[in-house]
Amino acid sequence: MVGYAWIVPALPLAAYILTVFAGRRLGERAAYFGVVALGIATVLGVTILIQAAGGARAHVSVPWLQIGPYSVPMGFTIDPLSAVMLGMVPLVAWMIEIYSMGYMHKDPEFNRFYCNVNLFVTAMLVAVIADNFLLFLMAWEIMGLCSYLLIGHWYKDPGNARAATKAFLVTRIGDVGLMAGIWWIFSVTHTFQFDQLAPALHAAALAPAVLTAIVLLVFMGPLGKSAQLPLHIWLPDAMAGPTPVSALIHAATMVAVGVYLVARTYPIFQLAPSALVWVGYIGAITAFMAATIACVQTDIKKVLAYSTVSQLGYMMLGMGVAGSMAAGMFHLITHAFFKGLLFLGAGSIIHAVETQEMHKMGGLFRKLKATSITFLIASLALAGIPPFSGYFSKDPILAAAYNSPYPIMFWLGLLGAFLTAYYMTRACLLTFFGKPRDQHTYDHAHESPAVMTVPLWVMAVPAALLGLFVSGGFGGFLSPGYTPADGGAGATVLTLSFPLLGVLVGALIYGSGRTEFRVAAIRALKPLYVFLKQKWYFDQLGLALMYIVLGVAWIAAAFDRYVVDGIVNGLGALAGLLGRAGRVLADGSAQAYMLTLLLAVAVGLIALQLIGG
Amino acid sequence: MQGFPWLSTAIFLPLLGALVTLFVPEAAAKTARAVALVFLSLSALCVLIIALGFHAGQGFQYVEQAPWMPALHVTYFLAVDGLSLVMLGLTAVIGIIAAIAAFGITDRVKLFYTLFLLLQTALLGIFCAEDLILFVFFFDVMLIPMYFIIGIWGHGRREYSALKFLIFTVAGSVVMLVGILALYFQTGQQTFSIPALAQLVTTQHVPVQWQDWIFLLIFAGLAVKLPVVPLHTWLPDAHVDAPTAGSVVLAAVMLKVGAYGFIRVSHYLLPAAASHFAAFIAVLGVINIVYGALAATAQHDFKKLVAYSSVSHMGFVLLGIAAGTQLAVTGAIFEMVSHGLVAGMLFLLVGVFYDRTHTREMTRFGGMYTTLGTGGGILGFAGMANLGLPALSGFIGEFFVLAGTFTVFRIAVFWAILGIVLIAGYNLWMMQKILMGPEKEEWKGLPRITRRELVTLVPLMAFCILLGLFPASIIHVLHGPVQQFVAHLGVK
Repeated sequence: MVGYAWIVPALPLAAYILTVFAGRRLGERAAYFGVVALGIATVLGVTILIQAAGGARAHVSVPWLQIGPYSVPMGFTIDPLSAVMLGMVPLVAWMIEIYSMGYMHKDPEFNRFYCNVNLFVTAMLVAVIADNFLLFLMAWEIMGLCSYLLIGHWYKDPGNARAATKAFLVTRIGDVGLMAGIWWIFSVTHTFQFDQLAPALHAAALAPAVLTAIVLLVFMGPLGKSAQLPLHIWLPDAMAGPTPVSALIHAATMVAVGVYLVARTYPIFQLAPSALVWVGYIGAITAFMAATIACVQTDIKKVLAYSTVSQLGYMMLGMGVAGSMAAGMFHLITHAFFKGLLFLGAGSIIHAVETQEMHKMGGLFRKLKATSITFLIASLALAGIPPFSGYFSKDPILAAAYNSPYPIMFWLGLLGAFLTAYYMTRACLLTFFGKPRDQHTYDHAHESPAVMTVPLWVMAVPAALLGLFVSGGFGGFLSPGYTPADGGAGATVLTLSFPLLGVLVGALIYGSGRTEFRVAAIRALKPLYVFLKQKWYFDQLGLALMYIVLGVAWIAAAFDRYVVDGIVNGLGALAGLLGRAGRVLADGSAQAYMLTLLLAVAVGLIALQLIGG
Repeated sequence: MQGFPWLSTAIFLPLLGALVTLFVPEAAAKTARAVALVFLSLSALCVLIIALGFHAGQGFQYVEQAPWMPALHVTYFLAVDGLSLVMLGLTAVIGIIAAIAAFGITDRVKLFYTLFLLLQTALLGIFCAEDLILFVFFFDVMLIPMYFIIGIWGHGRREYSALKFLIFTVAGSVVMLVGILALYFQTGQQTFSIPALAQLVTTQHVPVQWQDWIFLLIFAGLAVKLPVVPLHTWLPDAHVDAPTAGSVVLAAVMLKVGAYGFIRVSHYLLPAAASHFAAFIAVLGVINIVYGALAATAQHDFKKLVAYSSVSHMGFVLLGIAAGTQLAVTGAIFEMVSHGLVAGMLFLLVGVFYDRTHTREMTRFGGMYTTLGTGGGILGFAGMANLGLPALSGFIGEFFVLAGTFTVFRIAVFWAILGIVLIAGYNLWMMQKILMGPEKEEWKGLPRITRRELVTLVPLMAFCILLGLFPASIIHVLHGPVQQFVAHLGVK
C-alpha cells in the first residue's frame, strides 16, 4: 500500500474538483464528496501507518523538470515521519468535514467552504508526503492560500477581510526567508531532494556561520506558518474564519506543518547546533508569551488561539532541546487531536449560545453534556494532567529542556505549563460551571446535533488515550535509538506539580461566582493587565512597521510622479516643441514620422563618423 | 514541412488582413472584427504548425533568407529557435485575445483593426528577425500603430500619453540603431546577421574600447522598452490611457521586446561588455523590482497599480538576464511568458471593471466578490497569479530567476525578496479593497461577466495553471537557446 500513498491526497483533490463542478447543482449534498473521500483517505492513511510501523517504506519519484544540468523530479516518500502524519491528518480532516455539515448548515456559501477545505486537505497531504523542497513549498503556499480564503470566508465583514490579508502577508514574510534558504541550499547542493540535503551540505564543508544562516533562513518559514515570535500575530486574527477551519487549519494541521518542516529537515538543523538553540529559545519564549496572553482573553476562540501559539512554541522547544525531532512531533500529534477537539467543542458552544464571549456563558454543562465532557477531556490533555495525552507529549519536552544547558528555556516552559493549566481551568469554569451570566442565551442553548457531537467523541478517544498507549513506541519509531528525556525526580515533581498548581489557582479564582477578588487583582496589577490585554504590543509593532512601509511606498510613488516624471515634463520648451510636432503626427501623416526617424538615424550616423568610426 | 515559408506566412497574414480590412465598408464593424479575427487565427495556426514541426535542440529552424538591401548587406533573414517560438506563441495567443477584447470599440472600428493587424505583424516579425536591420525595422513599425491606438481610442490624457510613448520609444530605437551601426562598422564583416555576428564573438572581435560603448547604446535603447527605471515613466501613462486591448498587447507582448532584445542582441553579441556591466544591470533589476513594487503599493488607481506591477515584474527578468546562469535565464524567459499571461489577464479585468463602473479608483470599489460573482473570482485568481502563488506560472519564473541569481548576486536576491513581500502586499490590498467587504449600494445589480469576456480570460487562466504545473512544456524548448546564450556569456 505504501507505494500508492499518492492516492491519499488524490482523494480530496477529486472531491475538490467534483465540488467545484457539481456543487451548484447538488446544494449541501456536495459535502458528501469530501466526507466520502476523506473517509477512504483515513482508512488508507491508517493502513499506511500500520504498514510503516511494520517496516514498509516507499520512495517514488518521476521526472518533472530539467533546466540545463539540473533535474528537478517530483515524488513522495513514506517513512515513519510522513506515515505518522498520514495517520493523523485524514482522520482529523474527516471528522471536521463531518462536523461542518452541521456547523455550516444553511451557510449561503456552504459549497465554497467545502471546496476550499478539500483543496486545503489535498495540499496538506502533499506537503506531508513530498520528497523535495520545491513540491513541499508549492503545497505549503497552496495551504496558505486556502487558509487565506477560509479566514475570509465571510469576507463581507471588513474585519475578516483584514484578518485574511494579514494572515497571508505575515506568513509571506516567513516564506521569502524559507525560499532564500532553499536557494542558498540549492546553490550548494544542486538538489531539492530532502534526503540528499544534509549529506550534500555536510560534504560541502561550509563555515558554521554560513550553515547557521542557511538553517535560520529555512526556519523563517516555520516562524511564519507555525506562528512563532514575532510572526505569530496573524494566528489570533485568523479566528475570523469559521470555527471548523480554526480547528483544522489553525490548530491541528497547517500551523503544525512548520514544525513538521523542521522535523523533515532535522538533519540540516543538526548540522547547525547554534541554530537549534535559536529554535529552542524562540519556542520557549513563544510558549510563555502566548500563554500569558491567553490568560486575559475573554473570547473563547482567542483563548484557544493563543494556546495554539503557545503549544506550537512547545513543539519548537522540543525541536531545539531534545536532540531529536521525535519529542516535538509527538506533541504535534497529540496537540492535533486535543486542540482540534477544543476548537470543535468551542464551535459547538458557539453554535449553542451564538456568542464567543465567555462572560456571557456559564453553567452550560447541564445543557451541553457531550460538548462539555469532551471539552473537559481535551482541556485536561492540554493542561498536561496525566494520564491524558498532553502530559505524555509535553513532559519529555520539558524534561529535555531541564537536562539542556539552557535553564531559561526550562523555566519558561514550566511557567507556561502552569499558565496553560490556569487559563484552561478559567475557560472551563467560565463556560460550563457556575450560574449562567446571560439567562437569555442560556435558555436558548441546546446541544448540537449528532453530526457535530459524534466527531467530538471520536476525537476525544485519541486526545485522552494516545499518550497512554503509544508514547512508548512513538519516539523509537520516528527516530531509532531515541528515548524520551528523563529529568529525574526533580524535573518530574516540577512538571507534574506546576500544571496541578495552575488548575488549583484557576479553581480558587474562578471557582466561585464572586468577582471581587478578580476586580481587585486587575486593579492591583493594572500595568501588567494592560500589557497582556495589549498582547505585549506586538500587533502595534506590526502595524507601525506596515505604516512605515506604506510611507516609503508613498514617497516612492510621489518621487516617481513629481521627480522622475517632472524631469521629463520639465524639459519644458522641448516638450512644448515636441507637442507641436506631435500634433502634426496626430493629423495622421506617418510620413512625417518616418522622416523624423530617418533624420535621427542620419544624425546618429554622422555622430558616429565624427567620434571616430 | 520546413520548406514552406511558414514564418513569413505567419508574420504577413495579419498584414494581409489589414489590407483586406481597408476594403471593408466603414459601417460594417462586424465584418471588420470578423476579418481581423480570421487573419489573426490563421496566423496563429501557422505558429502552431511551426511549433508542431519544431525540433527542440536543433538550433535555428524554418530559416528564410533573401537579399533585401544588397548594397547595405541587409538581408531578409527569419528563423526560430526555442526562445523565438515561445514568444511567437505568446504573441499569437495575446493577439487573438486582445482582438476579441476590442469588440467593445465602436468608433472607427475599421481603422482600429487595420492598425491592430499591422501591430501584430510587427510583433511577430521582431521575434523571428535574425538580421539586425530587420529587427529594427519591425521594432519601429510596431510603434506607429500603438501610437495611434493610444492616441485615438485611449482615455484621459491620451494624446499626451501617446506622444510620450512615441518619443521615448523612438529615442530608444534611434540609440539602439546607432549602436547597431557602430557594431556593423566595427566588426567590418559587412553583415547584420545575428548568427554571423555571434560567430565573430568567439574569434575576431570588436575592439575592447568600443564594446562597452556599443553595448550601452543597444542596451539603453532596449531598456526603454523593458522598461528599466528611470526610463519607465512613459509606461504608467501609456498603460493607463490606452484602451484595454492596447494595454493588453503593450504589457503582455511589447514589454517583452526589450528583454528579448537583451537576450538576442545586446548580451548575445557583446558578451564581454555584458559581463562587464552585469553587476550594474543586476542593481537596475533590483531597483525595478523594489521601486516598481513600492510605487504600485501606493497607487489608488487600479490600472496604474497593474502598470507599476509590470515594472516590478520585469525587474525579475532583468535580474535573471544579468545573472546569466542557466537557471536564471530560463527563469527570466519563463517570467516573460508568465507575465504576459498575468498582465494580460489583469488589464482585461481592469477593462471588465471599468466598463461597468467607469471608475478605476480602488477605494470606490468593494464587495465585488458579491456583486460580480465569477468576475470577482477571476480577479482573485489573477491577483494570486500576480503575487507568485505556486502552481501558477508566475511562481516558477521568479523562483528560478532568484535560484539562479543566488550563486552570482547574493545580495541582489535578498533585496529582491523584499520586493516579493511588497508584491504580495499590494496584490492582497488590491483584492481586499476591490473584492472584499460589504457590497456597495451604488454597484448593486451590475451586469455579470459576459461570455465574450470569459472567452478572453479563461484561456489565459488555463495557460497560467498549465505552465505552473508543467513548466517543462516550454522549458524543454528553451534549453538549447539558453545554453548557447549562457555559454556565450562565458566568453570573456
